[in-house]
Amino acid sequence: MLPARYVVTGRTVETADSVTLRLEPLERPIPRFQPGQFTMLYARGVGEIAVSISGDPSVVDSALTQTVRAVGAVSRALHDAKPGTVVGVRGPYGVGWQPSLAWERDVLVVAGGVGLAPLRPVVLTVLAQRWRYRRLIVVAGARTPREFLYSDELKWWSSRDDLALELTVDHAADGWTGQVGFVTQPLARLPLDPAATTAFVCGPEPMMRFSAETLLRRGVPADRIRISLERNMKCGIGQCGHCQLGPLLVCRDGPVVDYARAAELLSVREL
Amino acid sequence: MSMFDQLSAFALLSGMSPTHIAVLSSAAKEVSFAAGDRLFHEGAPAKGCWLVQRGCVAVDAAVPGRGSVVVQTVGPGEVVGWSWLITPARWHFGAIAVAPTVAIELDTDQLKAFAEHDSSFGYPIAVALLTMVLDRLQTTRARLLDLYRNPADTPMSPL
Ligand SMILES: Cc1cc2nc3c(=O)[nH]c(=O)nc-3n(C[C@H](O)[C@H](O)[C@H](O)COP(=O)(O)OP(=O)(O)OC[C@H]3O[C@@H](n4cnc5c(N)ncnc54)[C@H](O)[C@@H]3O)c2cc1C
Ligand code: FES
Repeated sequence: MLPARYVVTGRTVETADSVTLRLEPLERPIPRFQPGQFTMLYARGVGEIAVSISGDPSVVDSALTQTVRAVGAVSRALHDAKPGTVVGVRGPYGVGWQPSLAWERDVLVVAGGVGLAPLRPVVLTVLAQRWRYRRLIVVAGARTPREFLYSDELKWWSSRDDLALELTVDHAADGWTGQVGFVTQPLARLPLDPAATTAFVCGPEPMMRFSAETLLRRGVPADRIRISLERNMKCGIGQCGHCQLGPLLVCRDGPVVDYARAAELLSVREL
Repeated sequence: MSMFDQLSAFALLSGMSPTHIAVLSSAAKEVSFAAGDRLFHEGAPAKGCWLVQRGCVAVDAAVPGRGSVVVQTVGPGEVVGWSWLITPARWHFGAIAVAPTVAIELDTDQLKAFAEHDSSFGYPIAVALLTMVLDRLQTTRARLLDLYRNPADTPMSPL
């Protein structure tokens, strides 16, 4: 499938290594996305990678919002793309978070590092349709206070009384008066109604495992804990087998799966 | 709420019988700290254990050239202070309230005396403390992995 051409029309620096890009279609736009879906973003002459869509699903326009962390050649090229740069976009692909699974339930969002990017659309969906959900709790961890994505939005979230925000860092810095510790700490002590909670967890794999195990201990059912898997992708549409994890093709059957399914797969070491 | 009810509400003490919670209540009092109040200093003799109900306590250490460095924070439902249990009973780290904090303070001299006198009380206390220490160890190990680091950077931790 050929990528659609999009142009970078906005670039917000989030942290020392991450930016949020606004992309607008030059011709036909890709179809509307669901929270948790990703696109294959192509940096001309460098390569193509999977990147989650981090925009607001309730905004009806053809622009895409994607947050990119520079870790290697392709992500660096996309990270450095200035307004006016043309990129290729395929998608949206994959099974997303499906926030509707949490209607009339408590929503617990747990993000580690850049894992907040694919979860932002979940939080914005719940806020846009607040009456459909019960409590909304967001727990986010970062290495240092300066490494939180969307810092202005986090300030807005923390000022709301229909959202409980818990931020925690691995290493405190001057002026930080918030929590210092791993995300499992707030998860272990937050007042929860476990049987009525649906959790959406995203971050590095061990962080998702530790968080899911903490939630299981609290009594949240495994099929109510949704996590987003990350595997290197090539085709993005279930044809090349590149992203295989046990019986799953992550691009087609995921990236979001429930922990009842994922627990066993995550314990399989990659060769 | 009575002290008995407050202690019973603490998840960490859920394995203790009502009789033992009653014993614990006799060694417990409610205390509060303003932001900036220090609970204890690093290196001082260790006495006391605080079950945090509201607020936030930072566990810290003085590091030359960096001042006081916060290693971890402890929030509602968590416990600060266990060095009193093991000799030599000295605080390895300091603890300071970083927000207005309400806690239940346990008189650890009394607790030790009860536990030494009656191991059927001492055992669940030791298990509760071990549970807390294990949780703290697991979260510290998770942080040592430095999971959020950029794979392109040199690791901050030696792991
Ligand atoms: C479904 C899905 C959604 C994603 N969403 C986003 C997103 O929203 N934003 C974003 O920036 N990235 C996202 N990624 C990750 C992104 O696809 C990879 O970072 C990218 O493939 C790296 O390609 P590269 O050529 O830049 O670096 P490479 O040269 O491929 O990798 C550089 C270094 O980074 C390491 N590395 C690569 N990917 C990861 C990873 N995911 N975790 C830890 N280490 C890694 C490699 O081992 C290597 O050491 C997503 C991945 C998937 C599968
Ligand atoms: S990336 Fe080709 S099958 Fe998933």
